[in-house]
Amino acid sequence: MSDVLVLVDHFDGALRKVTPELLAAASRIGNPVAVVVGAPGTAEALAPALAEAGAATVYAAESAEATQYLVTPQVAALAAAAAATSPAAILLAATIDGREIAGRLAVRLDSGVISDAVDVDADAVATQSVFGGSYTVRSKVSRGTPIISIRANSIEGSAPAAAGTVTPLEFSVDAAASATIVAVHTEPAGDRPDLGAASVVVSGGRGVGSAENFTVVEALADALGGAVGASRAAVDSGYYPHQFQVGQTGTTVSPQVYVALGISGAIQHRAGMQTSKTIVAVNKDSDAPIFEISDFGVVGDLFDVAPQLTQAVQARKG
Amino acid sequence: MNIVVLVKQVPDTYSERKLRESDGILDRDATDNVIDEIDSRGVEAGLQLTEAHGGEVTVLTLGPDRATEVLRKALAMGAHKAVHVVDDAFAGSDALQTSAALAAALGKLEFDLIIAGNESTDGRTASVPAMLAERLGIPQVTFVRALEIDGTTLKAERTVDGGYTEVTSPIPAVVSVTEKINEPRYPNFKGIMAAKSKPVTTFSAEDLGLAAGDTGGAVSWSIVLDAAPRPPREAGEKVNDDGSAGTKVAEYLASARLI
Ligand SMILES: Cc1cc2nc3c(=O)[nH]c(=O)nc-3n(C[C@H](O)[C@H](O)[C@H](O)COP(=O)(O)OP(=O)(O)OC[C@H]3O[C@@H](n4cnc5c(N)ncnc54)[C@H](O)[C@@H]3O)c2cc1C
Ligand SMILES: Cc1cc2nc3c(=O)[nH]c(=O)nc-3n(C[C@H](O)[C@H](O)[C@H](O)COP(=O)(O)OP(=O)(O)OC[C@H]3O[C@@H](n4cnc5c(N)ncnc54)[C@H](O)[C@@H]3O)c2cc1C
Repeated sequence: MSDVLVLVDHFDGALRKVTPELLAAASRIGNPVAVVVGAPGTAEALAPALAEAGAATVYAAESAEATQYLVTPQVAALAAAAAATSPAAILLAATIDGREIAGRLAVRLDSGVISDAVDVDADAVATQSVFGGSYTVRSKVSRGTPIISIRANSIEGSAPAAAGTVTPLEFSVDAAASATIVAVHTEPAGDRPDLGAASVVVSGGRGVGSAENFTVVEALADALGGAVGASRAAVDSGYYPHQFQVGQTGTTVSPQVYVALGISGAIQHRAGMQTSKTIVAVNKDSDAPIFEISDFGVVGDLFDVAPQLTQAVQARKG
Repeated sequence: MNIVVLVKQVPDTYSERKLRESDGILDRDATDNVIDEIDSRGVEAGLQLTEAHGGEVTVLTLGPDRATEVLRKALAMGAHKAVHVVDDAFAGSDALQTSAALAAALGKLEFDLIIAGNESTDGRTASVPAMLAERLGIPQVTFVRALEIDGTTLKAERTVDGGYTEVTSPIPAVVSVTEKINEPRYPNFKGIMAAKSKPVTTFSAEDLGLAAGDTGGAVSWSIVLDAAPRPPREAGEKVNDDGSAGTKVAEYLASARLI
């Protein structure tokens, strides 16, 4: 069976949730091989979790430079691993970095790339959900090694546990073609789940009216154990930070429940949330387009409805 | 400093976008086509830098004949000249082919910096800037929300999942901007008139030395097998708030076992 390379997405000494999903996808195509890029010692520390998630081999691409440069260390490591294994496919997370690593790597390996797949089968045929979920497209790489970036939370099942044998991997980074990371600022995520991965998302729009008023949105999100999102109008008005924007040019979400508070439902907002399982909307305007796609719509003032809903949810939880 | 800004013509996000039934390729005739909003921010970033440091902004697009419209728009904003890579042979290109043609065109231009959008609103692969950097052998500094040039060094704030990083890079480099970078200026009447006499150079596949066997959808690195439209969502229940709607929503969610 051919090897399938998986670029390990890790942060602060732990696997990101998407990594086992990538290994599960890899196991459909061939023999999952994890590639860890990081400071010395990273692979050894992650190996037990990677073995559990199905990695037969764990390549350790480690050096001081590995964390210093943007994207190019991962590209170099995957190119080296590809030369060593002639893999059937290379899988990465469809994050900002993942899609760029895929792009640079595709050029280096003269291979085709499929971006933001929501599924992949045993023949490395990928499924994409495009135009905000308006179309489902199946596509396939026709030249070189298939390089596929996969959206978090979309692969079902898991790979059987495997050996997870750590093997050092030689790689070298071209410093002249690399940007240098000077400082990393991560905003504290708090207790709320990741927007892109949450099973409940409560979003506020321009109708929320101010940054202070967003506490109404947050309270409902917390009662439901969900993430907070915002429309672009709310972000542009300074009510909520940009990284929480849902839509065409923000995050695409597909939770079990999406609650839209004071959001009109512009086509670009819908492009980021219309594949949610259940949509609840609260809007003062009974003609707001958000109601066209809502499973349960309330024509009313969000400042009456949302706090009452928050209380009712809390009461049910006891 | 001379800057090349990449601009792409895309279907207007306000319209319903379609894929052709026959081959799953974007149907550009089914919608209005506009400059991708993110690329007008790229043009703005380029103009601000040349206003501060001197030099010229060249806008570059790959697309069919009518993509000249987006070049005129950028010229009307203040870009100095334009390059249009246009050839029927490019129809149906994937991201690898697009980046190869753009890199070949860049090889004919002089630049200290290349600016692109972080992610187009149609293909959304967010990979063309990185592919270009690889083809040109230079750094890429992508998803930038703030940008500064100090001599031959570029300093940027780059958006990442869950925060931002400070990044530096020598130039030339490929930069891609996010929608937080700036608000693009509107072309004024003078700009629109001036745009009419600004130079637009065109390059064909042959001009760029690209082999016929490498261009176009028939020989792309990835192919669409099939594309199916998703059934439209139906509207469900709608109630007027009579003072108990919050409780009703909770009941609805509970009956659907969602809480
Ligand atoms: C290229 C491009 C990309 C875009 N990308 C995105 C994107 O990623 N995400 C996004 O969201 N938008 C995006 N937009 C913007 C989009 O077109 C809309 O402008 C935006 O979604 C509107 O946000 P909104 O619904 O909060 O504001 P509005 O459209 O102003 O709606 C506010 C709503 O709140 C209601 N309201 C007011 N007060 C109350 C109250 N007290 N109680 C209940 N309801 C109330 C009003 O009736 C109204 O319907 C994009 C646009 C373009 C051109
Ligand atoms: C729905 C859909 C899905 C697709 N999926 C894939 C895929 O998985 N793999 C693949 O290889 N191709 C794919 N394509 C084809 C790909 O979109 C085109 O080749 C496209 O020209 C380049 O990719 P992008 O639009 O995703 O660019 P992105 O990388 O998202 O664009 C970033 C920036 O690059 C610049 N840029 C991009 N294209 C041009 C251009 N033609 N002229 C000037 N500047 C440009 C712009 O500044 C843009 O803002 C897809 C197309 C569609 C419509």
